[in-house]
Amino acid sequence: MAKLHVSTTINGEPTEFLCEPYETMLDVLRDGLGLTGSKEGCGSGDCGACSITLDNRLVCSCLMLAAEAEGHEINTIEGMAKGENLQPLQQKFLEMAALQCGICTPGMLVAAKSLLEHNPNPTETEVRYWLAGNLCRCTGYDKIVRAVMDTAEEMRGAAQ
Amino acid sequence: MSVETDIVGAVHTKVRHDSARGHVTGQAQYIDDMPLLPGTLEVVLVTSPHPHAAIVSIDVAAARAADGVRDVISANGIPGDNNIGPVFDGEPALAEGVVDYVGAPVVAIAADSYDQARAAAALVKIDYEVRPAVLDIEQALEQELYTYPPQFMTIGDPDAAITKAQHRIDGEVRCGGQDHFYLESHIAMAVPGEFGDLQVYCSTQHPSEVQHGVAHVLGVPTNEVTVEVRRMGGAFGGKESQPSIFAAIAALLADRTGQPVKLRLRRDDDMVITGKRHDFLFRYDVGFDPDGRIEGVDILMGMRSGNVADLSPGVLARALCHADNCYYLPNARLRGYPCKTNTVSNTAFRGFGGPQGMLVIETVIEHIARTLGRAVDEIRAVNYYSTDDRNVTPYQQRVTDNIILPIVDRLRSEIDFDGLSSAIDEFNGANQTLKKGIALMPVKFGISFNTPKLNQAGALVHVYTDGSVHLNHGGTEMGQGLFTKVAQVVASVFQIDLDNIKISSTRTDKVPNTSATAASAGSDLNGMAAFNATNTIKARMVEVAANHFSASVDSIEFRQNRVYAGNESLSFTELAQLTWDERVSLSATGFYSTPGLSWDAKSMIGNPFYYYTYGAAVSEVVIDTLTGESRVLRTDILQDCGNSLNPAIDLGQIEGAFVQGQGWLTSEELVWDDAGRLLTHGPSTYKIPGSRDVPPIFNVHILEDAPNREATIFHSKAVGEPPLMLALSVWLAIRDAVSRVTGHRHLPNLDAPATPEAILMAVDDIKRRDSQTPSPAKV
Ligand code: FES
Ligand code: FES
Repeated sequence: MAKLHVSTTINGEPTEFLCEPYETMLDVLRDGLGLTGSKEGCGSGDCGACSITLDNRLVCSCLMLAAEAEGHEINTIEGMAKGENLQPLQQKFLEMAALQCGICTPGMLVAAKSLLEHNPNPTETEVRYWLAGNLCRCTGYDKIVRAVMDTAEEMRGAAQ
Repeated sequence: MSVETDIVGAVHTKVRHDSARGHVTGQAQYIDDMPLLPGTLEVVLVTSPHPHAAIVSIDVAAARAADGVRDVISANGIPGDNNIGPVFDGEPALAEGVVDYVGAPVVAIAADSYDQARAAAALVKIDYEVRPAVLDIEQALEQELYTYPPQFMTIGDPDAAITKAQHRIDGEVRCGGQDHFYLESHIAMAVPGEFGDLQVYCSTQHPSEVQHGVAHVLGVPTNEVTVEVRRMGGAFGGKESQPSIFAAIAALLADRTGQPVKLRLRRDDDMVITGKRHDFLFRYDVGFDPDGRIEGVDILMGMRSGNVADLSPGVLARALCHADNCYYLPNARLRGYPCKTNTVSNTAFRGFGGPQGMLVIETVIEHIARTLGRAVDEIRAVNYYSTDDRNVTPYQQRVTDNIILPIVDRLRSEIDFDGLSSAIDEFNGANQTLKKGIALMPVKFGISFNTPKLNQAGALVHVYTDGSVHLNHGGTEMGQGLFTKVAQVVASVFQIDLDNIKISSTRTDKVPNTSATAASAGSDLNGMAAFNATNTIKARMVEVAANHFSASVDSIEFRQNRVYAGNESLSFTELAQLTWDERVSLSATGFYSTPGLSWDAKSMIGNPFYYYTYGAAVSEVVIDTLTGESRVLRTDILQDCGNSLNPAIDLGQIEGAFVQGQGWLTSEELVWDDAGRLLTHGPSTYKIPGSRDVPPIFNVHILEDAPNREATIFHSKAVGEPPLMLALSVWLAIRDAVSRVTGHRHLPNLDAPATPEAILMAVDDIKRRDSQTPSPAKV
């Protein structure tokens, strides 16, 4: 079967790639485009390590076919920092030690950023529920939840 | 070892993880992220569908002819020794003649792509002659099937003490296993070099063991194989012995094809093929006095070893060595049976038998309390080890650094344990369906590998002429922050800012013959080895400086990135250049072996531990007596870390370990069917804690002003494993909630994990028993 030609936007850059019809977005990001920040923790949509956004919607890239990116806008962890400047959530995760082995961290950050875009003023319960699809085996989540809450507060402060 | 803190990143400061920036930007590279070399092949394993069968024939002709396939191997393609056993010989990488668990690798296929290898795997025809399988601990105990001889530890005269005691109880309890569920599954990538050399990138806690495994399987000397790992995406014990299988297969295929080979297990394969925490069946018989003081115990531990021994001897020894927890057992017989079953061989997992050993003695303590109608903590109090007498463990090591009592007292009073407990009584009185419970868990954990010879480490330090430093040691980084801590040690010795120190990947050609990064001992051992290497170089630099300043060696001082002799000084960089100019070496190895250890594995007597760490936790839970669901409402922890090398990293270890323990004891249930197949082989069926499941109130504190009495690295203490056992407070609190349903009159029948089903059954059971007790003994 011929490969599919896909035109999309990834982290603001117009991007084209060829893929098999059955290839996942995660595989194309990692193997085809060299964007290895998104990780495969399960391949079944249960761990969130592969989280990206598709037109600002949080999705598991392991459950999305690469061909579905056609005409849409994809954002990954690689697009989060602007050059040397970390996005506030990244900065806070780093300062508050909200990471250990770091392999869940990209997915966790993409999910947290998506939360704050949808809801800049989440309650702690809302943070815990939103991040429930992102597994972390190292940290026990407490520092992650605190980092997201603190960032939200600071970003609200900065916006005023 | 005096420490100045006027450099950036000294020991005892809250330095962030060295890779943190790479983690948050997605730039930190794990093995699966490495760009593939041209011609890299991918591997799929064909595994056994039977728990026990003879392999009659293997036909790989069709697979070999399939698209993209470059090589197919089974055991008879192994040129060396098909043996990767970490303790005993005879544990194969690829099954030979028989398969003895579902998931045992039989054939490996290397193809241009993963999909091609997978398609070819379906074409492999293996004829099996199915044999009877032993699937659980009871069956193995009955048939006396063990992977190696049972281990016994005895002190005093337990039979006489139990018989003579005024009170006697017996009981049975069990705990489940646990999948490691590191987010990065097993991976190895082998790259052939010239003259048969092999470079193997492998996600492993034990590069030296993987190196040996690869060399054995290939039948080559160890020096032809280099194993390297920069970081792992979690490991938790699961990458200690297990990676050898995958590294050996990848290396063999790379050697045969001359092409790079990558073997990455997909999640479900990883969970089926690799070992887990050991599940245990315990039976106890205990005699005690009217105060609840234990006089004699006999504990049987049936441990599911699985198809082979793997690391079971160490795990069982540690379980036996922790069945005392914090309690003095004057007369004890602890019997450990490593049950051989046709299930995957269980392996190392954070705590390494310690959590299981503590679970049974805590059940005993609770059983005594319920029998006497007393509070559990009162029973604990009369049984704690003393400091001067009543301090000999069942393995005859003396506990000389005991601080459990002050820790427990402080935690109980800080959170007002008794107040919380009465509030729970009130809540439970006012609620029919929801019932709360609370429990404390004290922990004493022995630090050092039980086997003395493993307690050694090496390091390699170079100073370059621009004053920058290259650091290498035998420890591996799995997220626990070991690399950061060891770099802090080097920075503190040289008195230079931490960012002058380059941390490098663990490689068997830089520091050889290492032990696993395990037993919580990573920073104790490697920190000390790096300390020694750094001091060797420093001593040489001191001589050069003394000559330069025409000063005495004693007057040379390293401070704030400079080197002083009275009022004169040089920058560290200038001294590095000067040292080179003087033709003095700026490179050194360092070595460390833990002093004073002894262990006789036969009699199970000795001093296996350099010291103990202590900690305590209190958890409050609520259960729903109609659905069996439970929530942890609050947890408070006080943990001893000695003089913590890095309080930020240690806090993370405490929280993470606790939550991992909570998962083991509540939601993580491994289910096998009657055909020996694991049914819970992915996160959709196997539930590790998520962000909603952890305690919403989580107060974690490191014990202050508590330097290690032993001369450990800057008087710190190990922290990786001990807090996992604090999670027993959750399990005990759930049991407390169940017990409160009938006014603490009965001991709940509740094993671990305390899943909703298990809790619901325990509630129903305790109500039934209570209704059958005409005149219950009042508390
Ligand atoms: S890899 Fe996509 S959710 Fe786990
Ligand atoms: S930091 Fe390791 S999985 Fe989250």
